[in-house]
Amino acid sequence: FAGLADVSISEDIPVEGEITVPVGSHSPDEDFSTLDEPVRDTIMRDLKAVGKKFVHVMYPKKSSALLRDWDLWGPLVLCVSLALMLQGGSADSKDDGGPQFAEVFVIIWFGAVVITLNSKLLGGTISFFQSLCVLGYCVLPLTVAMLVCRLVLLAGSGTVSFIIRLIVVVAMFGWSTLASTAFLADSQPPNRKALVVYPIFLFYFVISWMILTFTPQ
Amino acid sequence: AGPGTMSASGAAAGGGRSGTAAEWGGFEDNMQGGGSAVIDMENMDDTSGSSFEDMGEMHQRMKEEEEEEEGEAGAAEEEDGEFLGMKGLRGQLGRQVADQMWQVGKRQASKAFSLYANIDILRPYFDVEPVQVRARLLESMIPVKMISFPQKIAGELYGPLMLVFTLVAILLHGMKTSDTIIREGTLMGTAIGTCFGYWLGVSSFIYFLAYLCNAQITMVQMLSLLGYGLFGHCITLFVTYNIHFHSLFYIFWLGVGGLSTLRMVAVLVSRTVGHTQRLILCGTLAALHMLFLLYLHFAYHKVVEGILDTLEGPNMPPFQRVARDIPVVSNAVLNTTAKAIALTL
Repeated sequence: FAGLADVSISEDIPVEGEITVPVGSHSPDEDFSTLDEPVRDTIMRDLKAVGKKFVHVMYPKKSSALLRDWDLWGPLVLCVSLALMLQGGSADSKDDGGPQFAEVFVIIWFGAVVITLNSKLLGGTISFFQSLCVLGYCVLPLTVAMLVCRLVLLAGSGTVSFIIRLIVVVAMFGWSTLASTAFLADSQPPNRKALVVYPIFLFYFVISWMILTFTPQ
Repeated sequence: AGPGTMSASGAAAGGGRSGTAAEWGGFEDNMQGGGSAVIDMENMDDTSGSSFEDMGEMHQRMKEEEEEEEGEAGAAEEEDGEFLGMKGLRGQLGRQVADQMWQVGKRQASKAFSLYANIDILRPYFDVEPVQVRARLLESMIPVKMISFPQKIAGELYGPLMLVFTLVAILLHGMKTSDTIIREGTLMGTAIGTCFGYWLGVSSFIYFLAYLCNAQITMVQMLSLLGYGLFGHCITLFVTYNIHFHSLFYIFWLGVGGLSTLRMVAVLVSRTVGHTQRLILCGTLAALHMLFLLYLHFAYHKVVEGILDTLEGPNMPPFQRVARDIPVVSNAVLNTTAKAIALTL
């Protein structure tokens, strides 16, 4: 080793590193610890998150909770319940209720995807699933309107009931549009808000129209 | 100080290596096996931080392992073939690291490409302001007078896309109020298929004709032109689906539909040279555009038969009692349509 006597490490470069190697793999995130909790806790936590988002939709303040932890459970539940309630309103009794359910499902999800792509193309800063989440959750007022319409239709289907349904649906449509605009328009450049709001308006208009023209058999 | 320095550098190298292994340890689950065995760092633990002689011993051990592997691996020759080139790089560990890096890099690159390539291609066509959209909507109803030099067409897709969706919504409304029964498929599917099919199909067809007739127009411009031409359709259908008077529809058809057709025709004429070519191109576009509006009205329009009977008496010509089922059209309708077209041309 005599020839290697002049090789040395410079004082500036710190020698560092882990000498001990961890045995076994340690998971990078700590969420795996939730694997041990009872199922009820997991479900309740998710339900509480969904419920909190429902409250955010009904009282739209400019909070980022809806955007930060997005989830698609709420939209799925709303979409399925709306589609189920809209079923059975076909004009011909020979038609099965199949296409109606698929229609509503496809309208909601396809429409939400198109609006998201549109807002991204216009220069929005929101991510794909966040936008889907917001649009899905803002269907809540319209689902409530559908429920009210069904109840009103149980009572009768005359002009008075039509007027009541019209008022309720229009009010909920306005609420939906305002709620989703409050969340989504912030992520757009300020002079293009109208360009993003119009498709949202059209989207909820189509859904409201389907609710209003629903007549049970 | 010689051996001391050596062990220090050995420790540094060994520590560096195990540090690297710990870094890449997170990707272990992404390894698809390949041909190499996953290195068990517990065994390496004995040799890391040790002196130079042990490193040499370790290298020797790895070489022996590789020779064993070579002997066994008859079937996995292709995979080993890849790794043989890496033998120079510290053997198995180098192989693993390089393989992981390549896979991660490839995955990221393909993800980035598929995500960004798709959206960014369309981004320049959506670069509009609301004022511009409104101006273009109004302009689409005003035929230009100057056809001696090519008119400018904005290659924008936001306005046309929104107009097509608006048309879909209006069509849905019309279908719902007319109780159209679609046996195979859904209302929504029919509406979307009709509107998008018209927009994309007729645009492509006219673009093809323009290519044949040497007209100066690109595909995006054609899509944009036809899309904005649907504004007239939207207005007409919106009004006439709610107010069910046939004479009103004909007035709107000629007036509003005619204006938007004239605008499109004028723009195309300004970009085409030669009388025959202009005639072919503009005749086709005008015919398709006007016929589409006619089709949309008659196919999805509810005839309030009872009211019409009481209002207009029993002398109604049969063609007005049209079509809950599409597209059964009687001779009278064809005659009237032909007359109407003759009037416009």
